[in-house]
Amino acid sequence: MRIAAYLGKRLLRALVLLLGVSVLTFVLAELAPGNFFDDMRLNPQISPKTLAGLRQQHGLDDPLPVRYGHWLRAVARGDLGYSFAYNSPVTPLLAVRARNTLLLAIPAMLIAWALAIPLGVWSASREGRWPDRVTSSATSFLVAVPDLLLALGGLMLAVRTRWFPVGGMEAAGATGTGDLARHLVLPVTILVLSALPLLVRHVRSAMLEVLEAPFIQAARGHGIPRTELLYRHALPAAANPLTSLLGFSIATLLSGSLLVEVIMSWPGLGPLLLEAVLGRDLYVVIGSVMLSTLFLLTGMFAADVLLYTLDPRIRRPS
Amino acid sequence: MRWLIALLVAAHAIVLFAGFFAPYDPAAQNRDFSFASPTRLHLRDAGGKLHLRPFVYALKDSATEAGGYEEDTSRPHRLRFLVTGQGYKLAGVIPSQWHLFGVADEGRVFLLGTDRFGRDQLSRLLYGGQISILAGLLATSFSLLAGALVGCVAGYFGGWPDRALMSGAELFLALPWLYLLLGVRAVLPLHLGPAQAFLLVTSVIGLIGWARPARMVRGIVLSAKERNYVTAARGFGASGPYLLRRHILPETYGVLLTQATLLLPQYILAEVTLSFLGLGIAEPTPSWGNMLGALQEYHVVASYWWMFAPVLLLFPLFLGYFGLAGLLQKRMQTYAN
Repeated sequence: MRIAAYLGKRLLRALVLLLGVSVLTFVLAELAPGNFFDDMRLNPQISPKTLAGLRQQHGLDDPLPVRYGHWLRAVARGDLGYSFAYNSPVTPLLAVRARNTLLLAIPAMLIAWALAIPLGVWSASREGRWPDRVTSSATSFLVAVPDLLLALGGLMLAVRTRWFPVGGMEAAGATGTGDLARHLVLPVTILVLSALPLLVRHVRSAMLEVLEAPFIQAARGHGIPRTELLYRHALPAAANPLTSLLGFSIATLLSGSLLVEVIMSWPGLGPLLLEAVLGRDLYVVIGSVMLSTLFLLTGMFAADVLLYTLDPRIRRPS
Repeated sequence: MRWLIALLVAAHAIVLFAGFFAPYDPAAQNRDFSFASPTRLHLRDAGGKLHLRPFVYALKDSATEAGGYEEDTSRPHRLRFLVTGQGYKLAGVIPSQWHLFGVADEGRVFLLGTDRFGRDQLSRLLYGGQISILAGLLATSFSLLAGALVGCVAGYFGGWPDRALMSGAELFLALPWLYLLLGVRAVLPLHLGPAQAFLLVTSVIGLIGWARPARMVRGIVLSAKERNYVTAARGFGASGPYLLRRHILPETYGVLLTQATLLLPQYILAEVTLSFLGLGIAEPTPSWGNMLGALQEYHVVASYWWMFAPVLLLFPLFLGYFGLAGLLQKRMQTYAN
């Protein structure tokens, strides 16, 4: 298959998924009892007329398909709606928060994979011997540690020892990358630790399957050095299950990141979404869910591109 | 294998019979003893004399600058076993007054300390376990039911329903679950009665996770429906629903059981996370999640380590569940070979 056709198909699927999520969130939001302005009804200083005006201004009285159409057209222009609580457009609000979340999630993902691949390969290449046994039992222990425990434990470490800044993204008055990096250390470590064990396990099992293949035996017979054999020949062949795992790892990382952001008061998407859920800030909820889905689909798309370059079997017509 | 199951059964039995093992009512407040540290059990009294029966000292406000509480060595209380106290319903049914242990008179024994309102952490931990584990179990059965239904329809009928359902499953698998959970939670009323909240939260958690079991069940149904005995039964004129129920579904039980042991910890954690964030089960009903909610304040995190008890308990519990899942998987593999 040519790369354009392959990637085009993947892109189309991602768009359909994104559309599906948007319909889903809209329908769910429609089923919700109450909206942001309902709480205002209790406020004697706001007249029912003002409220009706507000509702009409934000189009809350229109039927669902009409509202969805409006929203979709606005999204095409890059406008994600209006936040009732912040009294400002959603797009710039989300942009800042999304940048902060990515600042946390991307390094965490890169580090987790950079650790998981060598660990998994190493453990698979010595199956049944002590390096394998140590990694396997360590991962099965770490898998059982809840994210919440990691995050709360990290917070306690920061509060007690003061080795790391306690929460937030920058110290008051301080600027520059050094300060940001110090604030990043703890949340990123927590995210890496929560993602790592599952990744190592999957890399290991994918590699084990490939290492049994005849072409590896042949390559070994040709006297190809160990490292080259493992990383140049075996790893690309094991890439297929791993690239689909990449998508899921982004999903779990985003979820984990939400929790870590809330606990460490990192100003990312997570606390914003939580606030919006509690405040019934409709378009912020929809926007955050959509944005997190978008991250995920972007990651999956990147994984597809990676797979295309790594695995020649994809390129051949089936 | 045996000891693992025995341990798990024992842990669940203790939670089920929380009323007996917990010394106090989970809602009983002691406003004078806010955030008291775990009560120490003593065997040697202030005079150096050794006692056979452990005892505790009454608490009094500390005279030091730092505040807190200290033991009043002039007022020892012996720990008694099988005492009568506050009435409760054993396992939610049988009314009883018996507690495993307690102290007489105005003494207090808080083996895991107290929270902000001076409520006994141990009692809340045990009662909270009832809510959290039940939420996990209910959500797991919702998930498995929905998953089995969808998987059967998709696998048995094939064609466009299969394609539609499986792309739906892919969508659900791909979404970041916590965002999805919060998104769905956003549309439910914020303030609910405890029973309503419990049901809503568990069904939301359970229904979000239908995709993985659905995919697995579909795979098994696909292969099972081509088996000779199924073809034979069809030849005898068996109907689709009968075939599914009698011949195909039993093949999926093993996978469903393994899935249950894997989903249960996830869903317990989901309830804990939601309640921790203040969107799950609300106070005063204790759940592991809302007990942890106190940790959203830095000074609690810094000073009162016993408030971590629920999340610390999750670790060995999950280790047990995952261990059981691993054993089941291994057993099924040897069975399949």
